[in-house]
Amino acid sequence: MRFVFKTSYDADIKWFKHGAQLFWYILLLAALIALPLIFVWTGNPYLLGEITAVLIFSVSCLGLMLLTGQTGLASLGHAAFMAMGCYANILLLQAGLPWLIAFPLSGLLAGFFGTMIAFPVLRLHGVYLALATLAMSIITGDVIDLTERWTGGVGGMSVPDIDIFGFVINKYANPYAFYYLCLVVVVLCVAAYRNLLRSPSGRSFAAIRDSEVSAQAMGVNLTRTKATSFFLSCTAAGLAGALFGHSATFVTNETFDIVMSITLFLSIVIGGLGFIHGAFLGAIISGLIPVLIANGRTLLSTSMGININIPGLESALFAGIVIAFVLFEPMGLYGRWLKIRTYFELFPFYRKDMFRRQKSYLKTERVQ
Amino acid sequence: MDFIQLVISGLANGCVYGLIALGFVLIYKATEAVNFAQGDFMMIGAFVCLGFTNSEFLGLNFWLSIVLAMGVMAVLGYLFDWGILRHMSGQSQTSIVILTIAVGFVLRFVAGSVWSHEPVSLETPFAGEYVRAGGLVLGVNEILIIVVTVLLTLGLYLFFSRTKLGVAMQAASQNQLAAYYMGIPVKRIQSMVWALSGMVAAVAGVLFASKGAIDPSSGLLGIKAFAAAAIGGFGSLPGALVGGLIIGLIEPLSARYAPDGFAGIARIAPYAILIIVLIFRPGGLFSQTQKKKV
Repeated sequence: MRFVFKTSYDADIKWFKHGAQLFWYILLLAALIALPLIFVWTGNPYLLGEITAVLIFSVSCLGLMLLTGQTGLASLGHAAFMAMGCYANILLLQAGLPWLIAFPLSGLLAGFFGTMIAFPVLRLHGVYLALATLAMSIITGDVIDLTERWTGGVGGMSVPDIDIFGFVINKYANPYAFYYLCLVVVVLCVAAYRNLLRSPSGRSFAAIRDSEVSAQAMGVNLTRTKATSFFLSCTAAGLAGALFGHSATFVTNETFDIVMSITLFLSIVIGGLGFIHGAFLGAIISGLIPVLIANGRTLLSTSMGININIPGLESALFAGIVIAFVLFEPMGLYGRWLKIRTYFELFPFYRKDMFRRQKSYLKTERVQ
Repeated sequence: MDFIQLVISGLANGCVYGLIALGFVLIYKATEAVNFAQGDFMMIGAFVCLGFTNSEFLGLNFWLSIVLAMGVMAVLGYLFDWGILRHMSGQSQTSIVILTIAVGFVLRFVAGSVWSHEPVSLETPFAGEYVRAGGLVLGVNEILIIVVTVLLTLGLYLFFSRTKLGVAMQAASQNQLAAYYMGIPVKRIQSMVWALSGMVAAVAGVLFASKGAIDPSSGLLGIKAFAAAAIGGFGSLPGALVGGLIIGLIEPLSARYAPDGFAGIARIAPYAILIIVLIFRPGGLFSQTQKKKV
């Protein structure tokens, strides 16, 4: 166990608690930068595409984590904001804007419109936001269909290539460049998220999550803070949506469906609500499950001749994992890791209830 | 004539939405849990009834199987609360939302595996029968849906106002602590509310299935029922029914009278109304929420 002797207030909000932590994160970054070398060596960049997809997914997971994990508001419609970002990006690119301007702008537009629509609901209790965003996610496909003039509707729309000062990036022609691009976006988003948590806004988000009434008593403007959180969350979702569009290269009204919204929400729960690591773990799990099931199926059919083809198995398995996590490990995968780490750090003095959180009894909105 | 025809079929649809919303509001009022799996409960209720009555399964009498399906769903609801939700008391509302969404996925999978992933129709004694009145052609099932909903609402009203259990449920949902002090077994009452809501879901499912076919993804209809509940005001039972009727009416009318090229508006209309209601009357039409004071 390492004890950090704090000699200033800045120690509480430093990026890294101590040098070893910095070392491990630099190592992780180096590993991620070096990762494509494996695929250059094997000459088969298929898996790199999967990893890039996980990176893109984790950007939207980060956005949702800010809202759900940090501010305690549930959104069941983040795919709708991803769709906004994606279509905004395409339209801006078609209008002739350079990618470096269109991409951030598409995120901001998604954030702006998302907040505009959700603003009235943000004044209400959390369940209403979940419902309103769910409704938004359901009508996304129909809205895209109705605005066929701009969005292509059912016929879909192909996404232009990324062009940075003449350097053209296309997922198929240049998977390595696309991977690095996504990595840069992910690193920037994580840096922004981490920085936000160190700021007064980040702390007021957490205050709202823990108790709206006490946050209000401490002088936090509830509606404005919730709206800020929602805006930032939607912006991240919009950026992820824009990248997702580039990765899919063709989007239709069915690309960003309700299942995607719910998968996003469930994966941050599996990862661990309230942790940056949780967003990534959740994205990895939800990206891995389909791959694992597909591989397992092929393995079974080729080695043992058993053909299992149960429709809906993937989502049921995913849901089963979520139920198990909610019941037995509400802190998610990252929470489990924290517990294991603490166990070994304190060995043999770990106690069972060290991570028990105060129970919040019946957060009622009715007058008692 | 055309208009009245649309209104009656809209009312029939609205009754189904209203009943799902009713089950949802019952649970919300009693336990403050938002059951996102209510639509899937409805779907399972329909499939259970189908399993009892359809000739390729058990082939029982239709009316008997409705009662059996209600019984099965009541037990299922009770067990769900007793076995899972009771252990989660004290956790945030978000985790219950997550849990019920996940349970919905599992139920959909179970229904698909046990019965069918394809749409199947419930064998009802009145399938395809029509009544002609004036220039109107009304399906017997539509009339039956409206009648059953009215009867069920009346029954629930009497249950909540006249019986000891009903009054205990009201008390437990209004103030848990005071109910405990009065000697009401609040936990058991909450499980019973889940059972009641399961029964309502079974009725809604049978009514829905009698209008056409049912398949595992019919549970997504529950989302319209949430919209209905929110339009009516979350904690209000009559509000849930009225919200359901509004949505049921809006759908066919907007499809019929929408300008050319905007046919898709019917699919958006329920949610658009939801968002409009949330903007202008945030607590819903029958608002019961007040600001909590410390």
